[in-house]
Amino acid sequence: MDTLARALVDAFGLLLALDPELVEVVARTLQVTIGALFVALVVGIPIGAAIGLTRDLPGRAILIPVIYTGMGLPPVVVGLFTYLLLSNQGPLGGLGWLFTPTGMVVAQTIIALPLVVGLTMTAVQSIDPDLPVQMRALGATRMQIAMTTLLESRAGVTAAVVAAYGAIISEVGAVMLVGGNIEGETRVLTTAIVLETRKGNFALALALGIILLGIAFLTNFAFHRLQVRQGGP
Amino acid sequence: MTPRRAKTPLPLLALLLVVLLGASCSAGATAAPRVLRLATTTSTYDSGLLDAILPSFENQENARVDVVAVGTGQAIALGEAGDADVILVHARAREDAFVADGHGTERLDVMYNDFIVVGPPDDPAAVEGTPIAADALAAIAEAGATFASRGDDSGTHAKEQSLWAASGTEPDSGAGWYKSLGQGMGSTLNYANETGAYALTDRGTYLSQRDSLPNLTVMVGGASIDENADPILLNSYGVIPVNPDAGEIDADLASAFAEWITSLDAQQMIESYGVETFGRPLFYPNSSAWTNR
Amino acid sequence: MTDVYTLEGIEHRYGDRTVVDVPRLSIEPGEILGVVGPSGAGKSTLLRLLNFLEHPTKGRLMYRGEEIGPDAPLALRRDVTTVFQRPMLLRRSVAANVRFGQKMRGESDESRVQRCIERLGLAELADEPARTLSVGEAQRAALARALVVRPSVLLLDEPTGNLDPYNTGLLEEIVGEENAERGTTVVLVTHDVFQARRLADRTALMISGRIVELAETEEFYENPKAPTTAAFLRGELVL
Repeated sequence: MDTLARALVDAFGLLLALDPELVEVVARTLQVTIGALFVALVVGIPIGAAIGLTRDLPGRAILIPVIYTGMGLPPVVVGLFTYLLLSNQGPLGGLGWLFTPTGMVVAQTIIALPLVVGLTMTAVQSIDPDLPVQMRALGATRMQIAMTTLLESRAGVTAAVVAAYGAIISEVGAVMLVGGNIEGETRVLTTAIVLETRKGNFALALALGIILLGIAFLTNFAFHRLQVRQGGP
Repeated sequence: MTPRRAKTPLPLLALLLVVLLGASCSAGATAAPRVLRLATTTSTYDSGLLDAILPSFENQENARVDVVAVGTGQAIALGEAGDADVILVHARAREDAFVADGHGTERLDVMYNDFIVVGPPDDPAAVEGTPIAADALAAIAEAGATFASRGDDSGTHAKEQSLWAASGTEPDSGAGWYKSLGQGMGSTLNYANETGAYALTDRGTYLSQRDSLPNLTVMVGGASIDENADPILLNSYGVIPVNPDAGEIDADLASAFAEWITSLDAQQMIESYGVETFGRPLFYPNSSAWTNR
Repeated sequence: MTDVYTLEGIEHRYGDRTVVDVPRLSIEPGEILGVVGPSGAGKSTLLRLLNFLEHPTKGRLMYRGEEIGPDAPLALRRDVTTVFQRPMLLRRSVAANVRFGQKMRGESDESRVQRCIERLGLAELADEPARTLSVGEAQRAALARALVVRPSVLLLDEPTGNLDPYNTGLLEEIVGEENAERGTTVVLVTHDVFQARRLADRTALMISGRIVELAETEEFYENPKAPTTAAFLRGELVL
């Protein structure tokens, strides 16, 4: 109980003092999260929409279980895979991305991408198949149909964004492996929490956890406002 | 924050249930063994030492030892909170403070091995063969060569900090060459191997990982503990029974453990552990009973 | 004057099943062609072929003298539109739905959008979410969004199948006006033989994918050549 109370006090103390180390870690967390989310959305939404709209896609029977499996990828395995990919001995070692925020973005993108693809696909599939036909009859091109269908399924697509965001910002195993938890370079909130726990600074670790939850809540609150405002009609 | 569903097949669940029921029944039938909660550093557990020697204690006391293998910082915090009965760690200054603050009853020497400084074969700071670690660190700082620090308040990290103090240089993470990782020994060595950095490590972890560390060689400390010329690099493990006032502590069992692990029998087991696999011990016993034998 | 559509030896199959089998059919500019027949006769499929939504399995489909391949040119596709029995409106306002076709064409003629909305009695509902409309209102919105793009061919697939007499009358009136004023060619698929009689210049009876009889509407109803037509008009079950 003592630790819990101290954690709450510490969390507010850190926030009020705008502790420079904390600000740094929070900024890095947001940088990596937004970077990975951006790439995952830009790549994943079109792929998900394309699969969802192409109901006669060859290999669909294999592809969809593959995507669903990807949605549950153990982050540590993704981290290990990315680590070996970016390592000096790995095929992409020359990029020098291991132990950099860019490498962390790569790992997080791999984790988030199947979520975005799978949930976008499901959202688009839930649209009545007559709708694309009628849009085509009204002179829409294939691309225009895809865009309109995505807009129609925006509630589902927003769910994809929220799920991907949550997976990225709360992830620890992959960023620890690929980023290395280097102070001032690749330390993010989750790896800082692990570190402080290992040091036995439970109150500080919990305070960081409270801050992480706070950021996640604020972002999701904003997403939800957006969803409500758009989802009206 | 994202729930990950673990799909457990039904038969497995049923089996688990049967095993659990069976376990609770048999526990009721015979006298429940006492449980000792041992908080220790990862090196003692990961090396396999505890698995090799603990059964002897468990048989002797009809007890079960629950090992919590964590960083030295967390192990000490567990002791302070009364969440462990006994701790086995390697950060002398913090151990003494732990006892002085009344969290532990006494600190006893158990065993030691040694730290070494490793680094890239091209050796940009030209420290290979330097006998004294602090001199090597000063040269690394001087050259601005990359140094990978555990940065996790572990026993190794504490040792590293005392070496910096002795070197008369202040590692400056703002300068970019000092990387504070906040990770375990294995990860820190992997990092050094990947980036061509220097690092302080215990010899056991380095030896057990050496096959996957082609870009690292020993800079300070020589090929074995006998060649290590720097007494500061001695890595000493101590056992501390937790003060019974801290909570629900099994003080009898804790002091029995401290007595057992410093006994000649246990010390003998420590000395012979690893000889078969590595050709030499991973830990060298040094309890008072052993040194006075 | 070239025909709007010329069908030569058209067959369309779903798997082994032939749904449309029309050796010859011409649709003239400015006419209203009624297509009646029982459910499952292939009437809707015929309209899908005419709107280039599907490509016939066999035969030649000509639009204004130009043979249409599997991918109809966008400009031709945008010359034709369909109002379906069950209109799918977007989760947007009524006005935004009506504007849709213009937006797809990169055009913007707001006054025409407003005129179409008013013409179909939707002015009060223009800013309402389309999903809240009644069935009749929704079908009026669907006709408005079709007319806003000024199609030269308007295809109607059972447009009043789910509507009450008031909405049915309104839709028929506007389709008639559009045809008279702009010379829009209309193909009206319906199982309501009275509706075809009210609107169509020529009427065809379609059964099992084949056109059994095609005649001037007056002739079709007063003096059917085929015994099946007479039976269908009497309300008997024809297959």
